Order: sequence, then C-alpha cells, then structure tokens
Amino acid sequence: MEYLWQGLFQALELLVSGDGQTFSAIWVTLRVSTMSITGTLLIGIPLGFVLGYQSFPGKKGLRLIVDTLLSFPTVVIGLLVYAMVSRQGPLGDFGLLFTVPGIAIGQIILGLPIIIALTASALEHIDERLRHTLLTLGADKRQVMLSTVWEARYPILAAAVTAYGRIVSEVGISMMVGGNIKWHTRTITTAIALETNKGQFGMGIALGLVLLAIAFAVNLLLHVLGQKTG
Amino acid sequence: MNRYCIGIMLIVSILLLSPSQTLAGESLMMATTTSTDNTGLLDELAPLFEEDTGIELKWTAVGTGKALELGRNCDVDVLLVHAPAAEKLYVKKGYGVDRQEVMYNDFVIIGPASDPAGIKGMQVPDALRAVFENKAIFASRGDDSGTNKKERSLWDNAGLDVPEKKSWYLQTGQGMLSTLRIAAERDAYTLTDRGTYIKYAHSHQGNPPLSILVQGDKSLFNQYSVIAVSPENCPDVKYDLATSFIQWIVSPDVQKAIGEFRLLGQQLFTPNAQ
Repeated sequence: MEYLWQGLFQALELLVSGDGQTFSAIWVTLRVSTMSITGTLLIGIPLGFVLGYQSFPGKKGLRLIVDTLLSFPTVVIGLLVYAMVSRQGPLGDFGLLFTVPGIAIGQIILGLPIIIALTASALEHIDERLRHTLLTLGADKRQVMLSTVWEARYPILAAAVTAYGRIVSEVGISMMVGGNIKWHTRTITTAIALETNKGQFGMGIALGLVLLAIAFAVNLLLHVLGQKTG
Repeated sequence: MNRYCIGIMLIVSILLLSPSQTLAGESLMMATTTSTDNTGLLDELAPLFEEDTGIELKWTAVGTGKALELGRNCDVDVLLVHAPAAEKLYVKKGYGVDRQEVMYNDFVIIGPASDPAGIKGMQVPDALRAVFENKAIFASRGDDSGTNKKERSLWDNAGLDVPEKKSWYLQTGQGMLSTLRIAAERDAYTLTDRGTYIKYAHSHQGNPPLSILVQGDKSLFNQYSVIAVSPENCPDVKYDLATSFIQWIVSPDVQKAIGEFRLLGQQLFTPNAQ
C-alpha cells in the first residue's frame, strides 16, 4: 500500500526535477504513439469506410476477421514484427529493429482493427438518406465518402481515443521490437516493466501516473476538439 | 474550430518530424545478459566508452540464449554474455568471432534463512540432492539464460534429471532480479550470480530475505565474455565498432574500472581479460 504514496511523491519529484531518463521515456512515448495513431487513422478510416459503407462479396467474413483481430495479443504482434524487421527478415534492409518507427509499425497493426471495426460500425448506422441526398446534390464518390465520414466524426473520434489508449499502454510490442534501449526506445511502459523487475515499485507507479497524465492531456485536447466541431 | 485543428496538426507534425534525440556520432548495438544491466554496471561503463571513443553504446538486456540468437540474426553488433560452452559452440558455428574473456564473478545458491532442506555449507551436488529429496521449493529462471544453463548443468553434475515437472520446481521465465523476488515470496531456493544478489541485497538496505547458503565451489564459476558478431555471417554488422569495443573493454583502465564497481562496499565483478 505504501508504494502508492511513495509512487505519487516520486511522480511529482520526477516531473518537477526534470529527471532526464523520465523525460526521455515521455518523449519517446509521445513520439511513437503519435506516429502510430496517425498511421492508424490514415490507413484505418478509409478501410473502415469500405467495410462499413460499401457492399461487396465476403464483407461479413471480413468483418468477422477484423473483429477477431481486436484480440490480437501484443506479444504476438511484437513477434511478427520482429520476424519481419530483423536483419534476416524480409524488411531487414531498412534497419527498423530497435527503432521508434519499428515500434510504430507494430502499434499500427495493433490499432488498425479498432479503427476499422469501430469506423465500420459507425458508418453502418448512418442514415441511408444521407447518401441519396448527397447524390441528388451531385456529389461525386470522393465527396460522398468525405461527407459521410464527417457525419460519423464523433464515433470515429471515440474510436481514435480507444485506439490511442491501447497504443500508449501496450508493452509487448515496445519491448520486443524496441528492445527497451535507454535514451532511444525506452517508453514509459517498458520503463515500468524494467523498474518493476528491479523491485523499484514506487518508480513503477510514478511512471504509471505520468502515463495517465499524458493520456489525460491527449483526451482533453480531443474533447475540446469535439466540442468545437459540434 | 479551425484554430484547434491547426493547433493539433502542429503538435502532431512537430512530434512526427522531430529527429531522434541523438544524431551525433556512431553507435554500437549490444545484446547482453540481464545481470550486467540490472546491477548498473553498463550504466557506469557506457558513458566512459563514449568519452574514450566517441561511440555511443546501446544495449538490450535479454538472457544469454536470446542474446546469442539476436547476434545470429544480425540484429546486434556485439555480445556480452556468460555461457562459455554455448559461446564456444557459437563461435565454432561461425556466428561470432574474436571472443575474449572480460570478467567473472561466481554463482551462489541462496534460500530462506530457515533453510528447510538444510543445505547450508554443503557442496553443490549434495545441496541439490537435499533440495530434491526434501521437495523444497526451487525457483529456476527457466529461460535458457546463462544462469539457467548453469543451473541445468549443476543438476546434471549431481546425477539428477532437471526436475522439469516437479511441483516444487518453479520456472519463472523471467530475469534474475524478478526471479529473486519470486523466490523470496515463495520461500524458495535459487541459483543467482553474485553481482545480482548484491544488487538485490542493496535494494533491501543490505538485509535481504534470502541469504547465501552454498558458495565457493569450482563449478559455480561465472565467466563473462565479449563476442563480435561475425562479419562473414552478417555483412552489415558494424564489425569495426565492435572491435573497438572489445579492445576497449579488455584495456587495463577499463578492467580497473570494472573491478572498482561496487555496491554495499562489495565488488560485483572481477576483471580477468588476458
């Protein structure tokens, strides 16, 4: 129990004193999670649109696969990405192992099913009449897509928040692909795993609080954005 | 609304486009065992290395088994590991070159002060047989690390099968410090390198719940070595940097620094480069 108080104090101390290692981990976490969520949204929303709005054969089966991938364990993603980006792997020449972009690849794979499935769900519930109205108004295909996605912006924003939460809190991919390298790929979560292994529970809790603070800031930003677009 | 969107896009692009923290100089990637990292030795040595050579040392701390695998897959440039038999085989198979011994410490068998199997002061084979016969709880790394390889060979030396599926044999699958913590919670015996044990004692203000019961046996010797990943097997490996590192770590000054690395006034590693 006392670890909690100790952790709280330590968290404040780390932030106030500007501890180099903590800020490096925060910086890496922000960089990699931003990279991942941006990639996830750019790839995921169009795919979610196709899956939720268009009709094509095999759609139900595909939807089932995407929903199943929501349970993709992070260590398995880590393992797959490791096999791909290792020097012996098919993407080995890019030297992505133990780098921030390497972790981002794994985290995009983690976030994609969430964005695709939730965007598709949101679009399935859009009023049919919207499409007809848009078409009557002479909208082309691209305009139909943009307007429809715009109408579903709140559920998609909620999907983005969910995906960000999963991305920023995962540890399996960051550990396997990133290697927990000090000053380079040590994220907040891998630092927590390390400190806990070392028996520094107070430090682990402190870093956990820092992570929650980041999540709070990001959600606040999105919340404000949601209100402003209302 | 536009102001906010632009603000968020600005933040996102700053984060995406900002370069990684260090662009300066060259960097060497090392895979090492958990003991060199957990004890803090590498935190001590890495800045010295950068100061002396201008090369940045990056490392990932995994068990010796995985470290060797990373080297075989050409994902790291140099290894600092402690499983001599496996290392020699590794070099023989052509995955590693220029193996040099760097330092040693020793393994110790530790356990709860109550010592339920009564192994204190015994020779290693007798101690393990006593644990086996008393079905005393024994925590094993179970992760193919250097320590795990050593432990398995000790059961073998004692004329016993590795107690793989016994109810009292806990395979943690985790690093040394985690395994020590699990052993303490379960009142178990375990095998550890002395360096990590001193670090563990240090984090308990010198008063750890597990104490050293068996030590000083020849079979408990723990040799650490560096190996460069073979440039023949891995053409892209930074063999020249790996060579600088090996020459650096066996140099008299660095060997002295390793010997002077202490916790609780105790030396953790003894340098022994040839």
